Amino acid sequence: MRYGLALLLSASLLLNAGCKREHRVFDPGAAQASVAYAAPLNPVHAGGPSAPAAPYIPSARALSQYEQSAYAVGEGKRLYMAFNCVGCHQHGGGGIGPALMDAQWIYGSHPEQIYASIVEGRPNGMPSFAGKIPEYQVWELVAYVRSMSGQLPEDIAPSRSDEMPVVKAEQARPKEHPQDQQKDRKAQP
Amino acid sequence: MTSSTIVTPVELTESDRRHAARLEEVWKEPSGFLGWFKAVHHTTIGKRYMVTAFVFFSLAGLLAGVMRLQLAFPEAHILSNDKYNQFFTVHGSTMMFLFAVPMMFEALSVYLVPLMVGTRNIAFPRLNAYSYYLYLFGGMMLWIAFFCNTGADRGWFSYVPLAGPDYGPGKRPDFWAQMITFTEVSALAVAVEIVVTVFRLRAPGMSLNRIPIFVWGQVVVAFMVIFALPGVVLSSTMLLIDRTCGTQFFNPAAGGDVLLYQHLFWWFGHPEVYIIFIPGTAIVSTIVTTFSRRHMFGYLMVVLALVATGFMAFGLWVHHMFATGIPQIAESYFTAASMTIAIPTGAQVFCWLVTLATGKVVLKPPLWWVIGFFFVFIMGGMTGIFLASVPVDLQVHDTYFVVAHFHYVLIGGAVFPLFGALSYWFPKITGRMLNATLDQVSFWLFFIGFNTTFFPMHLVGLRGMPRRVYTYQPGMGWTVLNQVESFGYVLLFLSVCIMLWNVYRSARRGTIAGSNPWSAGTLEWATTSPPPSYDFLYLPTVNGREALWDAAPNQPIVVGLHDDVRSFLTTRILDAEPDGHEEFPSPTMWPFWAAVATGAAFVGSIFTPWGITLGAIPVAIMMIGWFWPERQPAERRRAREIWQSE
Amino acid sequence: MMFLAAVPGFSGDQTSLNPVGPGASHIEHTFALIFWITAVVYCIVMAVLVISIWRRHHSLDTMPDPQPTSAESDQRAQRMVAGAIGVTIVLLFTMMISSFAASRAIATMNYEQALTIHVFGHEWWWEVQYPSDQAWKTVVTANEIHVPVGVTIRIHGTSRDVIHSFWAPNVQGKRDLLPGYDTDLMLKVDQPGRYRGQCAEYCGEQHAHMAFYIVAQSPDDFDHWLQGQQKSATPPATPQTLHGQQVFLTHACVMCHTIRGTTAGSRVGPDLTHLASRTTIAAGMLPNNTANLAGWILNAQNIKPGCRMPPNGLSGSDLQDLVAYLETLQ
Repeated sequence: MRYGLALLLSASLLLNAGCKREHRVFDPGAAQASVAYAAPLNPVHAGGPSAPAAPYIPSARALSQYEQSAYAVGEGKRLYMAFNCVGCHQHGGGGIGPALMDAQWIYGSHPEQIYASIVEGRPNGMPSFAGKIPEYQVWELVAYVRSMSGQLPEDIAPSRSDEMPVVKAEQARPKEHPQDQQKDRKAQP
Repeated sequence: MTSSTIVTPVELTESDRRHAARLEEVWKEPSGFLGWFKAVHHTTIGKRYMVTAFVFFSLAGLLAGVMRLQLAFPEAHILSNDKYNQFFTVHGSTMMFLFAVPMMFEALSVYLVPLMVGTRNIAFPRLNAYSYYLYLFGGMMLWIAFFCNTGADRGWFSYVPLAGPDYGPGKRPDFWAQMITFTEVSALAVAVEIVVTVFRLRAPGMSLNRIPIFVWGQVVVAFMVIFALPGVVLSSTMLLIDRTCGTQFFNPAAGGDVLLYQHLFWWFGHPEVYIIFIPGTAIVSTIVTTFSRRHMFGYLMVVLALVATGFMAFGLWVHHMFATGIPQIAESYFTAASMTIAIPTGAQVFCWLVTLATGKVVLKPPLWWVIGFFFVFIMGGMTGIFLASVPVDLQVHDTYFVVAHFHYVLIGGAVFPLFGALSYWFPKITGRMLNATLDQVSFWLFFIGFNTTFFPMHLVGLRGMPRRVYTYQPGMGWTVLNQVESFGYVLLFLSVCIMLWNVYRSARRGTIAGSNPWSAGTLEWATTSPPPSYDFLYLPTVNGREALWDAAPNQPIVVGLHDDVRSFLTTRILDAEPDGHEEFPSPTMWPFWAAVATGAAFVGSIFTPWGITLGAIPVAIMMIGWFWPERQPAERRRAREIWQSE
Repeated sequence: MMFLAAVPGFSGDQTSLNPVGPGASHIEHTFALIFWITAVVYCIVMAVLVISIWRRHHSLDTMPDPQPTSAESDQRAQRMVAGAIGVTIVLLFTMMISSFAASRAIATMNYEQALTIHVFGHEWWWEVQYPSDQAWKTVVTANEIHVPVGVTIRIHGTSRDVIHSFWAPNVQGKRDLLPGYDTDLMLKVDQPGRYRGQCAEYCGEQHAHMAFYIVAQSPDDFDHWLQGQQKSATPPATPQTLHGQQVFLTHACVMCHTIRGTTAGSRVGPDLTHLASRTTIAAGMLPNNTANLAGWILNAQNIKPGCRMPPNGLSGSDLQDLVAYLETLQ
């Protein structure tokens, strides 16, 4: 009986995880659909200048929603090609821009920091996407970018692309431990 | 020709009764909760297959109801597109992999073939139990995933790249691919058992030209399973490792090929159709013979037609891919091949017609279902000719015309005979007759409901409605026809409900059937209903195609087999002359544990490739336990071998 | 065959039973031949079945003893079965030859003189290109394929993502667009008109809403249309449309769409240079009018869940101006 209960419990936990992983939100709701905006740090704007708008402060809830959905991460991967991130960062290996699949993060590896890098832009090349991408798509991109260095669970990260092969599929990459997150872990206890 | 009185149970003598008690002692299935997991007898496993497959049929049928509701109105919002895609995929996959093949091939042949060839159990009974548990686990896995919003959503064919890593996020296609592995391993196991049972375990005298047509059909299917299913196991496994291990089989950019998947899939997918309906035609031959009260006309022609169908089925898979653009000469070849396969099927139809036209036809419910089969299945065959012609196929391919066609072929060719088989063999399985009036009602509801649902699909397809759309726009001229189809579903639903009620009631209160209520000619009717755990008190011998009709007045029985162990007689392939005796293994838990270990390895491999590597260890342990030799049977075997060599 | 098609409420612009080109009409002839042969055979077989059961049936409560079979009657039956199989073979052969003839007629359509149009399948819309020797004359549009009447067309197709199937049943049978493969489909339209087509290979979330139109015009009208499409977009003339263009260029639109003559040049979504000249938006789903356009921009996910167009939280005046601008893109 005890075994049965334990089995049932672990099964329901697993199922719960499955539901979150497979959840697909097509319409993110008005709040998340407005474009992401922040004071740009780079005068170069993707797709030309943007209209100014109120800056947006991300919430923690929004974050987890994207990092736990395989669909959202998959959309992030698609946008990564569509918005030509791939033009500079390649499929994670870097080229004109820095590599994204290792632990060397110039501007931080936390989701909020990646978000800021995309929206504000960074000096020496990274254009600002402020005003150009809806909020939720930035988060999808963030989730995908983090999956490239193994920060997301394997069953959520996308697998190999229908492109020329990189070294390894995102889900198979070893988990990198960026400096800033190591410090966090030490500070926590 | 002797009358059927020979099959009425003869008074048992005292020694018979002692013999029966000893057999019962040796053969009885273990009891209790744990005993359920130990059972290895083919009637027990066969019944489990039937019930499980019927549960999956009902579940998938309910999904169809929700889809029909969604399609009854243009731009309806009863199901979201995401849900609809899961619904139609799980409906199709369940019907094909968890209902049609397990029911038509595994369930029927496991239960009936050993009885029909006159032996005591199926060959490799433990493997049989193992195959059932694998099938059960695979089906449960697909459906549990479906209830967790992880239902496969890329169609029952899961074409790449749509199901591939870039366009199928999450784990939905992975669950689909592993469900295939589960069910195909199970079907392959049963195929091997059936081939061996039929070739080596037949009753003495049942030479190749006296094997019942039903058994011939199942043997042909078993061979087709052995040659076809590796194709789909290969394609779904390649899909899975493309998704989880980063291989490049189907990646055009790296030299992979999206068409490779389709070729592998349809190499299996087309024979699959014949795997599903050859048992149906074999049932039809059986029922037509019994209710025409004469031997099947053209036995040889029918058997050759079955074998020819089995061969030719492998030569026409490309007609599912005409729209991909293949060379002219290949198009012509596959058109010709697809049309040629109509000839053996036509020959069978003519033989049935002659048998009916020259027999003494008794109109009982099983025969009604067979008449339904004629009307529906032949219509499906006729629309199949449209699909064989390349230019016409390019217009109707992937439209509702095809949906209509294959429901006519598969429901006509499998479900109608199956329900006929239900009312025909129900007395054998339960010992009680199915209520004929209720059976008639469900037949007419099913027949009318079926045609109401699926005939308009031909028209709506010709009006340009593609398949697998979750909705359609108003003003296309499709709405009314879709509403008629949805109404037909209600009749089908009622019919199946009545049938379930009938089965439930008749199993309890039906009239007692006796051993041979239809005074049929095949061997399963020679034993009591339901059959005892040892199948036959004395193993029978055979004197003609219909063993009971052609039996000599003093038809001999097999004596001299040990009744203190599970022994049985082996015979030669061609003439079924006895050539030895063997011993069946005893009931055990090992197949269950082995299936659990295998299941864990398969499910694990959805999430990580290590699932197979590490999962193989418990599987190996369970298999070692399974095959660990026991002292006594081993000694008996050695003694037997010495005796035989002398 | 029109009796199947001719019913009220059925426009007949997406059916194989109403052919308007040689491709579809060859197929329709084969279809009709097979239809009549199989219909007659079906009726005969069913009649034989019903009559023989009617004549031979007994409604007995007990099962009678099995009947002996006579070699003589079986021999007669054997001859009949052999004859029936012979007829089956002849009929199958007839249908096969007719099918080969249709295939051949379609395959030998004039390849050399054909006008080439490139079609790319996307999830879930169609990109259409009219290539030209001079790159600047290449026309890119979406979901509406204008063709001249009476000219052989070569649809040169492939897919940008998953497998799609190009199918306009009034004109020609379908052809899959496969990633990694180039496919050619020859077609010709004989009557001017608008014919609907739809993706016929399951391609994901919005497979149901992936339609296109073939617009068949007289060669003169077609040339006129093509020349119009070769031009860059009309520059905005009023302050409102000027502001609309600014909205387009400074918001998310510019990330995916092209308007030739402006700085917007992304190829992710459909080319909008001549958006207003098209009659539908969202891959044949909605008529192209102000309300639909505004609703689509505001929240496409509400209309076509899962499609690639994100919702855009634009202010009322921005949206109005943007739509006004888009409607000037003739």
